[in-house]
Amino acid sequence: MKQPNQDLLNFAAEIGAEDEIVVRGGKTQWEVGGLPSSSAREVKAPAGVRSFEPEDMVVRCGAGTTLEELAQVLGESGQMVPLERLSEAQSDSKPTSAQPTIGGTLAVGHSGYRRLRYGPIRDLLLETTFVDSEGQLIRSGGPTVKNVSGYDLCRLMVGSLGTLGCLGEVVLRCHPIPKRSQWFATNANPFALLGLLWQPSSILWNGRQTWVLLEGHPEDISSQAEANGLEDCAPPHNQATQPHQQRPTSYPQKLTASWQRFSLNPAILPSLTDHFKAESFVAEVGVGVVHLPSDLRMPRELLPIDDARSLTLQRKIKSRFDPRGRLNPGRKVWDENNLAATASSAAAPASAAVN
Amino acid sequence: MGSDPKKLDLLLSDLRSILEADRVRTDYLERALYSKDASLYSGEDPTAVCFPETTQELADVVRICSEHNWPFVARGSGTGLAGGAAPLSQPSVPNADSGQKAATDTPIADTTTSYNSPVPVVITTTKMNQILSVDGPNRIAWVQPGVLNLDLTRHVSHLGLHYAPDPSSQQVCSIGGNVATNSGGPHCLAYGVTSAHVIALKVVLPDGSIATLGNESPEPTGYDLRGAFVGSEGTLGIAAEIAVRLTPNPPAIKTLLAVFDSVSDGAATVSGIIAAGLVPSALEMMDNAAIGIVEAFTQAGLPTDAAAVLLVELDGLPEGLAQDEQLIRQVAASHSVREIRTAADAQERELFWKARKSAFGAVSRLAPDYYLHDTVVPRTRLVEVLDAVYEIANRHGLKVCNVFHAGDGNLHPLLSFDSRQDGVLARVALAADEIVRASLAAGGVLSGEHGIGMEKRDYMGLMFTAADLAAQDKLRSCFDQKSLANPFKVIPSGSGCGDVSALSSGGKTTSGSGEVPALNSEDATPLSPTVAINKPVPEGAWI
Ligand SMILES: Cc1cc2nc3c(=O)[nH]c(=O)nc-3n(C[C@H](O)[C@H](O)[C@H](O)COP(=O)(O)OP(=O)(O)OC[C@H]3O[C@@H](n4cnc5c(N)ncnc54)[C@H](O)[C@@H]3O)c2cc1C
Ligand SMILES: Cc1cc2nc3c(=O)[nH]c(=O)nc-3n(C[C@H](O)[C@H](O)[C@H](O)COP(=O)(O)OP(=O)(O)OC[C@H]3O[C@@H](n4cnc5c(N)ncnc54)[C@H](O)[C@@H]3O)c2cc1C
Repeated sequence: MKQPNQDLLNFAAEIGAEDEIVVRGGKTQWEVGGLPSSSAREVKAPAGVRSFEPEDMVVRCGAGTTLEELAQVLGESGQMVPLERLSEAQSDSKPTSAQPTIGGTLAVGHSGYRRLRYGPIRDLLLETTFVDSEGQLIRSGGPTVKNVSGYDLCRLMVGSLGTLGCLGEVVLRCHPIPKRSQWFATNANPFALLGLLWQPSSILWNGRQTWVLLEGHPEDISSQAEANGLEDCAPPHNQATQPHQQRPTSYPQKLTASWQRFSLNPAILPSLTDHFKAESFVAEVGVGVVHLPSDLRMPRELLPIDDARSLTLQRKIKSRFDPRGRLNPGRKVWDENNLAATASSAAAPASAAVN
Repeated sequence: MGSDPKKLDLLLSDLRSILEADRVRTDYLERALYSKDASLYSGEDPTAVCFPETTQELADVVRICSEHNWPFVARGSGTGLAGGAAPLSQPSVPNADSGQKAATDTPIADTTTSYNSPVPVVITTTKMNQILSVDGPNRIAWVQPGVLNLDLTRHVSHLGLHYAPDPSSQQVCSIGGNVATNSGGPHCLAYGVTSAHVIALKVVLPDGSIATLGNESPEPTGYDLRGAFVGSEGTLGIAAEIAVRLTPNPPAIKTLLAVFDSVSDGAATVSGIIAAGLVPSALEMMDNAAIGIVEAFTQAGLPTDAAAVLLVELDGLPEGLAQDEQLIRQVAASHSVREIRTAADAQERELFWKARKSAFGAVSRLAPDYYLHDTVVPRTRLVEVLDAVYEIANRHGLKVCNVFHAGDGNLHPLLSFDSRQDGVLARVALAADEIVRASLAAGGVLSGEHGIGMEKRDYMGLMFTAADLAAQDKLRSCFDQKSLANPFKVIPSGSGCGDVSALSSGGKTTSGSGEVPALNSEDATPLSPTVAINKPVPEGAWI
């Protein structure tokens, strides 16, 4: 059996079994689910890549590892963990003090904008070692892509906001960095495009214009673009990176921290224009994530309804895994009012767009 | 059966108030039929076999079981290879030779507690086989759990879609069973295993209540109970309605067959392909023993003197495919490939796959019995673990062949033997045990796709600490306070106590005194938690 390393042992010892605990990553999504109670002691998860075998396409790292470090280590071997959100490329505004960590990203559980192609963030986590409410190290999952060995506690951890355990170490599935990534703009119907394109990485729509990210072999990208009348453009969320390609666009210049993130059944996205003016929202087509500015409200009837029985189970799980409520006290993982959306309002520096 | 006849009558009459008599079966033959799955890893004859048709009926059956404190076991098609669907009334794995099934066995994990729970009711989903809805544009289908895997693909193929997880048993296994075991298949290398294709679940919890886990939206609030349920082998409840993701058919496919003079060259090619940044849709390998058997059976044109053949499938758009093919040829050439062929047409592609697919059917023609293993190791350790597998089989005087999902390191060593030979079963038990240990020692895991069931339950302590298992047990108890859903599976009983680690020492896992009872091949049952004896699989079936 794999023995926990010293960093993990120290992390467990630091957390102990007594007081209220909150794990701090880069604090770039600190307010998701509400602020933690002020009495909670802040701890940091171990950082650093522990092992990476490119041929295995898996990486083992401390949960406190920054996304930047992870990207750099994997990038040297042409691999990546596709997590970046729509704010990703705004590197110029990334404050050095606020470095998002892999643990924070998993705990929040929001997938990146390339989910259409790479799947949700929960499918990237293969193994985790976390510290439970009694200060014990618990491992779940395994370091291989295929694994059916007991219950999948990893899935429970993703999106749990640290309320079931403190992530200490994780094993993530990697993907090859595509040869080419290119954004395109079009006025075509995004829902029709979804059926026409082969494995698009992202399709964004604001009710008027559509943006498509295609990745892979340059020849395949060109032939798909040509066949579907797509025009090259800069990444819509980051026009600044390729100024020479800039074209007039109705995409909001920045999805700033005050934008809200909603999770809708992708089948109802076409009806968004019945409720919102074109250009007032950004929808991830085929996925169902919808971004709205802070002054707009999502009509209740568009939101998925939480199942009452499932909420009872969630409460039971929380009380079994953390009977004294010492893990990340104050944060809410579900909404008792049956409202399925969490506004992703980050406390981080104003320039940090976390949508 | 060890249960009070009065209590049994009350249970049956309540069940029959919900389902008509022929959907609550209790005749001897029927019950015997449902005591095992495809591993022939026998459990006990269930108390009754129920055939609900709707979610409400299923919930009612479970509720009645719960009201009577009667355990139950979900069953799909019964193609499981870990004994998951075989009912158990106590923790030890039954010994078929004792007329009183299991009664004389020493409990494996706990010798102090007396278990006198009744034998479970089996609830089969075979009559819950409706495809409830298909949304082509949004690529979602809701299905009942008894829908057969391949039937769903057939049903949506006119939309240019398919259901991606393709276990070899896909013609016969149910989607409910796939969900419960988180099944994989060759094309899961690029497309992901079952969990990645399950969007939401409506499940009947062990108290008979109905809960919806997840929904069609991408980030449902709360904990991912959907994810926790997938792979739970019927121990957290029964999946009643399943929303699955449908996958577009690829615009083009290329299938290559590469021939190697050494297994390590083949394995190095697998690693090389991945390291070059390619993720083929399938990467399957066959060793020399398997090639010989398959070629005699299929005449697919495989060189019987080769050490290994690698089947590589790529899908995508034509230009990229052509480049990827070149890259694969280069990688293979740099690892001394003897010959590499690309299927010229659909017919040749079929032939390549036929060779791969008929492997286990072919093996089962040569030897009366086989034991099929399922472990996963990091791709970089494949050669080393394969060498260990050969050494182990040799040392125990057993024939082994390997046909496996090389791309994700998922090994399927297949030990073939004749159980009528004296002492052979003891050797199989030891070899099987050592293969698990070798895989774990290389940083691997217990099972890639067949699950834990009863087969590997008592190995869980090799991979996890008592605290790890106690955490898993906590999850289970949140769903199933009374431990009624598929009891004595997946997690060793008494998890969290010291007895878990006691199982870790070799050889001790055989039942009772450690002596291996002789089995006749008609009534093949496990000798120990480690050995499942199998009968010939149908032609065309493959693992
Ligand atoms: C400038 C900027 C750039 C960004 N770039 C990217 C990017 O490139 N790619 C991308 O995917 N995202 C990016 N993001 C988003 C970022 O990944 C998310 O904000 C992330 O979810 C939060 O990480 P964090 O370490 O800041 O978490 P925090 O805000 O510190 O914590 C968020 C929540 O997770 C909990 N938590 C943190 N660590 C743990 C742990 N180890 N165990 C248990 N619970 C824990 C906290 O208690 C808290 O509830 C960016 C954000 C900003 C501000
Ligand atoms: C020839 C052959 C080839 C195979 N190839 C593969 C392969 O390539 N990949 C692979 O992954 N597996 C393979 N298997 C194993 C097996 O087919 C899979 O595990 C399959 O998913 C089992 O489905 P089933 O319907 O037969 O389930 P069963 O055998 O009936 O049940 C399996 C488990 O699931 C539980 N279960 C069943 N239905 C439900 C439900 N509705 N809700 C909750 N729990 C439920 C049962 O309690 C049991 O624990 C193969 C088996 C054979 C015989």
